[in-house]
Amino acid sequence: MADPILQVRDLHTHFFADEGVVRAVDGVSFDLFPGRTLGIVGESGCGKSVTARSILRIVERPGRIVSGEILLRRQTGAVVDVARLPVDGPEVRAIRGGDIGLVFQEPMSALSAFHTIGNQLIEAVRLHARLNRKRARERAIELLAMAGIPRPADRIDAYSFELSGGLRQRVMIALALAGEPRVLIADEPTTALDVTTQAQILTLMRRLQQQRDLAVILITHDMGVIAEMADDVVVMYLGKEVEKGPVDAIFHAPRHPYTRSLLRSIPSVLARPRSRLATLSGSIPHPFARPGGCPFHPRCPDKLTGLCDTTVPAEVVIGEDHATACHLYTTQDAKVPA
Amino acid sequence: MLAYLIRRLALAAVTTWAITVVTFIILQLPPGDFVDAYVAQASALGTAISAAEATALRHAYGLDQSLWVQYFKWLNLVVHGQFGQSFEYGRPVTEVIGDRLWLTILLSIGAIIVTWGLALPIGIYSAVRQYSWGDTIFTFLGFVGLAVPNFLLALIVMYVGLRLLNMNVGGLFSADYQLAAWSWAKLWDLCKHLPVPILILALAGTAQLVRIMRANLLDELRRPYVVTARARGLSERRVILKYPVRAALNPFASTIGYLLPYTVSGSVIISVVLSLPTVGPLLLHSLLSQDMLLGSTIILMLGVLTVLGTLLSDLLLMWIDPRIRLGQLR
Amino acid sequence: MIVTDAESRVAVATQRQLIWWRFRKHRLALVSAVIVVGFYVIAIFADTLAYTEPFDTQAARSYIPPQPIHWFDADGHFHPTVYALKGRRDPRTFKLAYLPDPAEPRDLILFARGYEYRLLGLIPTEIHLLGVPDGRPQDALFLLGTDQMGRDVFSRLVLATRTSLSIGLVGVTLSLVLGVLLGGLSGLYGGWTDTVIQRVIEILRSIPTIPLWMGLAAAVPASWSPQQVYFAITLIISLIGWTELARVVRGRFLSLREEDFITAAELAGASRMRIIFKHMVPSFLSHIIAAVSLALPAMIISETTLSFLGLGLRPPAISWGVLLQDAQNLQTLGLAPWLLVVALPVIVVILAFNFLGDGLRDAADPYG
Ligand SMILES: Nc1ncnc2c1ncn2[C@@H]1O[C@H](COP(=O)(O)OP(=O)(O)O)[C@@H](O)[C@H]1O
Ligand SMILES: [Mg+2]
Repeated sequence: MADPILQVRDLHTHFFADEGVVRAVDGVSFDLFPGRTLGIVGESGCGKSVTARSILRIVERPGRIVSGEILLRRQTGAVVDVARLPVDGPEVRAIRGGDIGLVFQEPMSALSAFHTIGNQLIEAVRLHARLNRKRARERAIELLAMAGIPRPADRIDAYSFELSGGLRQRVMIALALAGEPRVLIADEPTTALDVTTQAQILTLMRRLQQQRDLAVILITHDMGVIAEMADDVVVMYLGKEVEKGPVDAIFHAPRHPYTRSLLRSIPSVLARPRSRLATLSGSIPHPFARPGGCPFHPRCPDKLTGLCDTTVPAEVVIGEDHATACHLYTTQDAKVPA
Repeated sequence: MLAYLIRRLALAAVTTWAITVVTFIILQLPPGDFVDAYVAQASALGTAISAAEATALRHAYGLDQSLWVQYFKWLNLVVHGQFGQSFEYGRPVTEVIGDRLWLTILLSIGAIIVTWGLALPIGIYSAVRQYSWGDTIFTFLGFVGLAVPNFLLALIVMYVGLRLLNMNVGGLFSADYQLAAWSWAKLWDLCKHLPVPILILALAGTAQLVRIMRANLLDELRRPYVVTARARGLSERRVILKYPVRAALNPFASTIGYLLPYTVSGSVIISVVLSLPTVGPLLLHSLLSQDMLLGSTIILMLGVLTVLGTLLSDLLLMWIDPRIRLGQLR
Repeated sequence: MIVTDAESRVAVATQRQLIWWRFRKHRLALVSAVIVVGFYVIAIFADTLAYTEPFDTQAARSYIPPQPIHWFDADGHFHPTVYALKGRRDPRTFKLAYLPDPAEPRDLILFARGYEYRLLGLIPTEIHLLGVPDGRPQDALFLLGTDQMGRDVFSRLVLATRTSLSIGLVGVTLSLVLGVLLGGLSGLYGGWTDTVIQRVIEILRSIPTIPLWMGLAAAVPASWSPQQVYFAITLIISLIGWTELARVVRGRFLSLREEDFITAAELAGASRMRIIFKHMVPSFLSHIIAAVSLALPAMIISETTLSFLGLGLRPPAISWGVLLQDAQNLQTLGLAPWLLVVALPVIVVILAFNFLGDGLRDAADPYG
């Protein structure tokens, strides 16, 4: 396998609110390779989006990266720690859009209603390449065509509210790729779309990935999407990674009870989006009312009383590239469910 | 867009109608009819009005008929630009008002421009640097601006001007030009006198608009499109000025709907305190001396002009908002 | 959403408390609340705080500047005195001028006798907070000077506070009745009722209010008694002031129907009455109180403005606006700048109400 293009090491991003500290991301590590897709999965509120924003350094106040490294191999070959760069400096800005593109969940509100698509797209193109207006416009039309938008030369002067949800998301993808990045972060790109459109967008993303050898981080709460798209998977719960590994291992030999219940909750790939995880009891605790010990223990069917509620489990390697943070795999006498 | 246009026009029409009704009520409210007042006033001035003349006047205004007839007769006259005679001045009301209406408009428009010119940058600053020292200071000043009634501010400025600067900040013209015909020199004189009243008039409105702009922008700053714009690598300044500020500008611009009546109201008061030759002092004087035709005409004109101004700005707003232009919003 | 037991308990038990907690964080609002209460105490005990009969005119005392209290006597002992007026002829013009004379000290005493009044409108008494032993403070005590007719500004100011604050209160009550009625109808029924009421509000707001008020106020007959004028002016002010309150009430009605915690409480099995009293009433009330405390200063400004212009309350009524009318022209201001002191309580009260209302609104609805 080629060298990783992005390495996240023990990332912690916290929000310092008046009421207390929200540990939105609390120790996440992964490697990302060109041409491969890393899926980050977990219920909503578990810190997936904050992870994505941390990588781009667009976490808003009162949040900030507390510790950890974000090592990015830039187009030039140099490796920089994005977490150490000044937040609105020229290098970070060159990385945003130039090295890493971002696609967002809400295709409606992620585009400005007061500017045409062309206006926003041309701006993005010219930000990362020295092109005159005319060339930039041609380039923008190419990008729209590449994103599978019919009649791109007409659509470029449209406003976002004149387009359907699917087309808007295609515009978002075109925008994210305007600066020719080699990493694409897609944060729930299909959550707001209907099933057919969802499939089309995923197909488009796969095609673009192959064409451009993109490294993709795909964030979702939908195990079906993970099964379809991901090569590697990180499962997150309350800001912590509870299990990670190759997609086959995660699906065929899931270890963490949380991963198991997530898996049990997929009826099929064609499930209604946003349907609740059926077999998981209870809901995510309030960010301020974080349980002690293993964060998952109040909902865990296999919890070891006296251990899980007091001690935070360390990550243990349980197979090739496969690791989990669960006491079931650290103590001798625990009965590991098969 | 057509629906929006029709809605606005209809509302303006209904408002104008409501203003005529209110004006008519004001005209009718004082005890006795205004011909009585006219006769009394005239005889006090030594020019007797014959009973026949009085009857003719009564007939012209339909004072001997039902209120409805009176209203429509009056409306008919007003629509044809016949506002009647000022009893006190013995001249047509329009003549008495004369230039004063234009000066009122000038003052109000000037104040609105200054209001926006101040509120926009301050509002942006306060939102982007929320809870900073600057924001706190502007917020506090804003509260003071809100808390000091217009006339009090005018009074204080006048006193301070007199005491500390030893100058009279009242009036819109120097003594030399007060009665002179219009000339470049007189215009220049006017320009020199305008800033103080305009600033006084603009202060309270500015305070409110800053709060509106700040709140709107804070709202917009949280939206996903700001995050995506940042994620594309735009500089912070460009992100904010191009996207959320543009979005916050619309609700901000639509505040003209209440800023205009507010400013016109304020202009009446501060004109009285600073003795500006606008319709303000004239209105007060006519109301105090029960010269109701003059008073009600001024109220009518101010009301209708405000509605027209609001309508104009609404149309402008429609034109600058693509969502309305393309029929997305109504 | 799945509501756990603990969550619903938090939501149920502390709706009122939450508002109080959030309010307590606003220091400025808290201070303002104290100031507002202080002013209403002044209003209630205005006659006690005043020391000179507010209508007691005497040409000899015209435009006396504020006179200091002399806290210590010649030996340096604490012994507050004021100097009584004494007539003296100007050696050149031979005009008789009255000036405080150090040779005529009067002790400043607490709970002194003065003019007669009814405490709280009920109990006849002559006791005033401040006074001089001989019961004639009008000749010696001039904390804020006198006006042209020789009336004591301090005493008048205190009594004006009562009038102006009460007009605000009465006006806001009237507005509130109108606002709750029309806003409530609007929010409850929706549809045509809502459309019509909303349009009426829109129309009222697009007309400049001051000229309108002036026109209506000018119609108040000159022959009316001060009480009649008082109610007429209050009515006029509240006729136009209700729109904002109606807007808030309507908004509340609309959102109360949808609000999450109601659904949450319903899911958690709370009874309807319980929902209404535990959730709707506190939330509703706090919004209304916030709106009222923001509407009050507007009422006070309106009254003050109208009276200042001579179209509102008229002498012999005393209000802030009436007092400020005395300070209207430049000559007077040059001669007696202390008359402008009335501006101070006006600004302070309006500021306090604004801060208070803002704090309350934030506390009631931190996201609104
Ligand atoms: N601006 C913010 N202020 C405070 N807390 C935040 C903010 N943004 C996110 N959080 C907290 O961070 C946690 C993770 O959020 P997020 O990453 O958006 O979850 P998701 O996995 O659904 O994308 C949540 O508990 C949320 O409360
Ligand atoms: Mg998310």
